Amino acid sequence: MPDATGLELIAQELREAEGEGAVIETTFFRARGSVEIDPARVRSVLARLRERGYSFLASVHGVDYYPHEPRLGVHYELLDMARVDRITVKLRVRSERPEVDSVTEEGPDGPGWPTADHQEREVYDMFGVVFRGHRDLRRILMPEDYEGHPQRRDFPVGGEPVAFTFNERETLGPM
Amino acid sequence: MGAPTPTDQPGISEYRRREQDVTLEPVRRQLAERDGGGGSGEELLTLNFGPHHPATHGVLRLLVTLQGEVVRDLKPIIGYVHTGIEKTAEDKAYWKVIPVVERMDYLSYYFNAMAYVGAVERLVEVEVPRRAQYLRVIHLELNRIASHLIWLGTSALDLGAVSIFLYCLRERELILDLFEMSSGQRMHTRYFQVGGVMEDIPGGFERKLREFLKIMPERADEYGAILNSNEIVLQRLRGTCPLDADTLLALGVSGPLLRAAGNPWDLRKADPYCCYEDFSFKIPVGTVGDNYDRFAVRLAEIYESVKIVAQALDGLPEGPHMTEDRKVALPPRHELATSMEALIHHFKLVTEGFRVPPGEVYNAIESPRGELGCFVRSDGSSKPARVHMRDPSFVNLQALSHMTRGSYIADMIATTAMLDPILGGIDR
Amino acid sequence: MEVRRERLRGQPAHVDADALRVRSLNAHQLLRGADLEGANRPAHLHGTELDESELERYVHERVLTTTLESTVAWARSNSFFPLAFGLACCAMEQFHTAGSRMDIARFGFEAFRASPRQADLIILAGRVSIKMAPIIRRLYDQMLEPKWAISMGACCSSMGVFNNYALVPADKFLPIDVHVPGCPPRPESLMHGILKLRKMVQDDPDLGWRDRYQARGTEEVIGEGDTPDVVDARGAAAAAVNAGVDARPAQDTPGA
Repeated sequence: MPDATGLELIAQELREAEGEGAVIETTFFRARGSVEIDPARVRSVLARLRERGYSFLASVHGVDYYPHEPRLGVHYELLDMARVDRITVKLRVRSERPEVDSVTEEGPDGPGWPTADHQEREVYDMFGVVFRGHRDLRRILMPEDYEGHPQRRDFPVGGEPVAFTFNERETLGPM
Repeated sequence: MGAPTPTDQPGISEYRRREQDVTLEPVRRQLAERDGGGGSGEELLTLNFGPHHPATHGVLRLLVTLQGEVVRDLKPIIGYVHTGIEKTAEDKAYWKVIPVVERMDYLSYYFNAMAYVGAVERLVEVEVPRRAQYLRVIHLELNRIASHLIWLGTSALDLGAVSIFLYCLRERELILDLFEMSSGQRMHTRYFQVGGVMEDIPGGFERKLREFLKIMPERADEYGAILNSNEIVLQRLRGTCPLDADTLLALGVSGPLLRAAGNPWDLRKADPYCCYEDFSFKIPVGTVGDNYDRFAVRLAEIYESVKIVAQALDGLPEGPHMTEDRKVALPPRHELATSMEALIHHFKLVTEGFRVPPGEVYNAIESPRGELGCFVRSDGSSKPARVHMRDPSFVNLQALSHMTRGSYIADMIATTAMLDPILGGIDR
Repeated sequence: MEVRRERLRGQPAHVDADALRVRSLNAHQLLRGADLEGANRPAHLHGTELDESELERYVHERVLTTTLESTVAWARSNSFFPLAFGLACCAMEQFHTAGSRMDIARFGFEAFRASPRQADLIILAGRVSIKMAPIIRRLYDQMLEPKWAISMGACCSSMGVFNNYALVPADKFLPIDVHVPGCPPRPESLMHGILKLRKMVQDDPDLGWRDRYQARGTEEVIGEGDTPDVVDARGAAAAAVNAGVDARPAQDTPGA
């Protein structure tokens, strides 16, 4: 595990390489380190961490921080198999323009992470985050013509708002 | 979902109307090109496998592009058992999430519970007693054996060896009897709770478990003997659909698939959790990474799991089976009659649940299919703000198209079987 | 020990053997309605012999058909061909029902067919998501009459543990005959459900679901034209009256 100082060193390196605004915050919580970065630099940050040894992308998942803006977060869990080290890269995008570069494909900054293919599609399906450059971004778990992004926190659990007496006009419509 | 569109022809259903739109025009065009000169003479056929098909494990749909009988491309389409588990979990108190999350990867239910409970325990910073950890290991490894038995049975069914299915179910019945003894349920037992296990094992469990541990290696030898000397099984598995470890790592594949390709990555050894460092066991590793290696690695893991359970049973320490921290775990019932605090704690835990300090944590364990991770975000209340299960089958499925490119349909079926996808985990 | 016999009150001391004996009517007399008394006696039988065609109709209505129907019902109920269809966790317990301990082959139901055209019992084992519902409906439509459906588990019958956007209880799009509760139901529970269905089929193969769900006219009629339609012309009117069951699924998930 990178301890707190190791984490700060990584953050420092990233700031030097990518610019001051790349790393917004570092958190060392329950013995695991995570860095929150600027969404525009996700590909290059991941490439630098890969050079540092974090070569296995274990998970790409989305989080909804409703009602705090920027609301939609994407977390990348990286694993260094040689040193058994985990680090999380987090980014947050606003819900008005939820766009992030996709890390799946190869690009000028290095080989991509093919494992992010289906996982980014799931984040798109469930949260609505659009991954630019993903070759086939469509819904993966819900039917193709479904409307709405289910795992956003303001999406009702039942898929439709529950009709009580006080809101029956809105939910059920004119009857 | 859109409303059903009215058709202008009465008495024709939507299916039939759409099917009537399909014509042979593209094929005719292709044939004309070929006959016109210059065509290669072979056309690509896109075939739809599933979601209902006797050879798919669960409702997996594959769009296979075939050239003759050779698979050129494969696209899995999933979502047919999407249950909204992660969304449902946001509505429930932390301990109520356990049964919901257990039903995700429905063959390795203890692992789902372990990943989630481990994440919450890291957030709450509660200490799990050693006896509870050993009991957890026993149940986890028994569940690993049970999961591998179903994998073996259904894969053999796919390959045509029907009797192995019945033999594996016979062993699995013994394991489910043990689960029923310890927790009352055969599957989805809610046995793991935050802070320990729900109940201590009853008397007679140890004896029954030892009998099972004596039988299981002999039975596994039988399965090995039947399958390893069967010409058909060997022909179908040896040398088919290999994939090297580097591609697998890039695709995020872990578990027996990665170990079959030669990379001995196992979270139980690399990053031990739940007292796994107390046990000595080996990691079976393959060499070539073809279907036979995947099969052999899983079969060998059954023996290793038996060893781990035997060691855990022998070394089972005395002590509580649940943490003493009353803020997190229910007090024992006899205390409710005498102690006021116990009553209040019980009431708070049952009605509201325990509160978890805000934070985000990701906890990964080694399930029978690979790295099973659970991400829990807590906002300080008694319900989780986000639960995400990183399911190994979901990520492993991406390797299927790479594995089957250039192989025959029959090899594709065998590879899907060896991949061991569990659609409950894939779709969540 | 001394045994004392006593007549029940109201019985004559000596019983006429002839009165007690069932009137031994021979088949000839039975077929002519000699066992019916008074007003029940069919008018055309009073004092007359039935001629060939009437006799045949009389027999057809009374004796042979009833026996034939119940024989057929007995045969159908003892040889369900379940569709090999497992969705989620309940499918694991379905395997165990087919395993050696809770052997489904004891009852004759071990022939799990892969093709819906060859199956007559669909056991919905597992949770039905909104993406899967139209496909299950299509499978059910492909099954030939008579067909039955068992909803296994809590997720299928109601929505079970999950009360959310993604699931559909099977009752919304399929007429279900037996619901088996449990999460997952033990193999014994599923067996109990199947045997309950067997008993229901022995008594009444139709099970009346077409009336319950107002689905008269949705029978698949083969031979009108070349393409059999799931809902034929008569059924279009009946389908307009259908509430809820004939939920025509709008999307059939198209190819990628």
